[in-house]
Amino acid sequence: MSEISGRHYHTHITSQKKWFELNLKEVWQYRDLIVLFTKRTFALRYKQTILGPVWIFLNPFLTSVMYTLVFGNIAKIGTHGVPHILFYLSSSAIWTFFSDSVIRNAQTFTSNANVFGKVYFPRLTVPISNVLSAAIQFGIQMIMVGMFLVYYVIQGTVSPNWMCFLLIPLILIQIGIMGMGFGIIVSSLTTKYRDLGILVSFGVQLWMYGTPIVYPLSEISEGLLKTIITINPMTMPVELFRYAVLGHGTILPQYLVLSWIVTIVVALFGIMIFNRVEKTFMDTI
Amino acid sequence: MSDNNKQIAIRLSGVKKMYKLGQIGGGTLQNDLQSWWARIRGKEDPNTKIGQSQRLVGQTLMALNDIDLTVYHGEALGVIGANGAGKSTLLKLLSRVTAPSDGEIDIYGRVTSMLEVGTGFNGEMTGRENIYMNGAILGMSKAEIDAKMEDIIDFSEVREFIDTPVKRYSSGMYVKLAFSVAAHLDSEIMIMDEVLAVGDMAFQKKCLAKMDDVSSRQGKTILYVSHNMSTIRQFCTRVIVLKEGRIIFDGDVNEGIGVYMTQSIDTSQVEFDLSNKYQKYLSPYPKAKMMKARFINKEYAVFDYQEQINFELQIRARMPANWLSLRFEIRAADGSSVGTSFAFDRFSIEEGELKSFIVSFNSKGLIAGKYSVVLGLFEKNEFGSYTDIDVIERALSFEIKDDDGQIGIQWSKQYWGFVKFDDLHVESSRN
Repeated sequence: MSEISGRHYHTHITSQKKWFELNLKEVWQYRDLIVLFTKRTFALRYKQTILGPVWIFLNPFLTSVMYTLVFGNIAKIGTHGVPHILFYLSSSAIWTFFSDSVIRNAQTFTSNANVFGKVYFPRLTVPISNVLSAAIQFGIQMIMVGMFLVYYVIQGTVSPNWMCFLLIPLILIQIGIMGMGFGIIVSSLTTKYRDLGILVSFGVQLWMYGTPIVYPLSEISEGLLKTIITINPMTMPVELFRYAVLGHGTILPQYLVLSWIVTIVVALFGIMIFNRVEKTFMDTI
Repeated sequence: MSDNNKQIAIRLSGVKKMYKLGQIGGGTLQNDLQSWWARIRGKEDPNTKIGQSQRLVGQTLMALNDIDLTVYHGEALGVIGANGAGKSTLLKLLSRVTAPSDGEIDIYGRVTSMLEVGTGFNGEMTGRENIYMNGAILGMSKAEIDAKMEDIIDFSEVREFIDTPVKRYSSGMYVKLAFSVAAHLDSEIMIMDEVLAVGDMAFQKKCLAKMDDVSSRQGKTILYVSHNMSTIRQFCTRVIVLKEGRIIFDGDVNEGIGVYMTQSIDTSQVEFDLSNKYQKYLSPYPKAKMMKARFINKEYAVFDYQEQINFELQIRARMPANWLSLRFEIRAADGSSVGTSFAFDRFSIEEGELKSFIVSFNSKGLIAGKYSVVLGLFEKNEFGSYTDIDVIERALSFEIKDDDGQIGIQWSKQYWGFVKFDDLHVESSRN
């Protein structure tokens, strides 16, 4: 018979709400749960579809083809000689990573209310697993980007900055943190106001057009619009990403720093509001 | 055994939980803005509920009010109380689903809360996948689950279907699997909310045996909430009785159950307004509705042993009703059925008429104690089938006084039930 080892675990619950409490140790104890949540996202997404996992490739590919037709061939937006399909594939890969991180996390509380209401586990595991599955999705899309990239590099039409590839993980970390930050802020507010949950997908779409996704930043003429787009915290990471992969991108260091500052502020604020909401949201949802 | 040797598992000090009543925030931003705009223009709030002059703002409910409680390791603590007494809130606080409004809670040990079986189960995933998922949600690591997988599957009795999606399971199989996962957790403290009512009789027995094993042999601490007094008796070593958010009793199991049973029925009332009480499964606009019941010539709803219980019942008919009849179901304080009396005479009421009836019930043999009554108004049609028209739970409640030695023996309700039948006739046989 095993000795009762309960004395090692001590939980103290008070009514006081700490403003900032990031219990990473506890989240780490539940790492297996994060893995399972991530797996489940993929396992369930393509259940009862004929094409199954093929959709992971097909979906972004069709989107990119559509962008190529609309923005490349009809609107004739320049891409610095980078083949349109490659430009849009890589842009949509990085944007999908961000938008998935925001949109999925925006539903954290409302869509998990039944589980959250019955059992305790660190709630942060859910947003983390959402970002992880978005990252895996990004990785899969990058395989496709890679195939086109190899083809065009051999053709000599594209010359990536290979050294900057080392920066890609850093870019991903930044976008992941920012996406999760915005997502959990929205999800914390949706526990009270459901309207935000509806607005978020529209907002993210609007945001995409304010970010150089379907066009490069260099195509925008100087003026208020360009200033707004440059200040947008997603602009610099996206441009940096394309600078690495496609060899073209406008990088303004001061705005990159600003983007990181925004990321950190959003993440801290997000975790703060998430902490406050997670303790008692079951009473209001 | 002195208290010093016992290790504290859970300690609550001055714990309060307050809930806001009424709509919180209005649900959508639009409603909040609407209300705000209406107030500015001095108009009526469009989100006010009809029949309510004001929105329930600022009204609060103390679900738990100043709870002090210490639970030691190895105890099986039963939590009992009427609906709304704060039992579930207490469990929610301990399982950290929500936080207290005031006070402090210390928990020494890992907690498994089973407020529901099968939390996180997903129909599309197989039994095995769900064991991993559910186990991880309850705090087990993958390695721990792997080590216990075989035990869990064996206990669940669904081995053949373990790699089938659980959406194809019967509801019995589903709960068996879910219970098995929770029962194999390594935590020191288990919190359960009536989850034992799962599966068939044989499985329920197995669950109880497992729980008993967990608490008495493995020395785990159990907190168990139930309305079922017999399971509480079976494996709790101590009970607390909650009433309106406070602990009104803490101690011996049988004594606690007694306290709960007595406090749950109010006998100061002799007149009962039934006009707003409805049964969910029946039409809210019944053909005829029981409006009021009143014990005749009584100051308190207390009757002597064997006394005839007379009450006046008013019924209003919305449509002409000619084949009405009445049913009088007696429930003991713990909610269990005692017996039922029928009025087999039919009576009729004209359309729109409010008619009064005198109903008499012969309480012969009903043992001293508190009882509540479910009144059922039903219609017997010309083909001889019965249809309920209006059924009211706890329509009346009353107490039967001590028999003052009339029975001639100290009656043990626990074993003998609530009714003393006519005496047995025993005589020596002639052959």
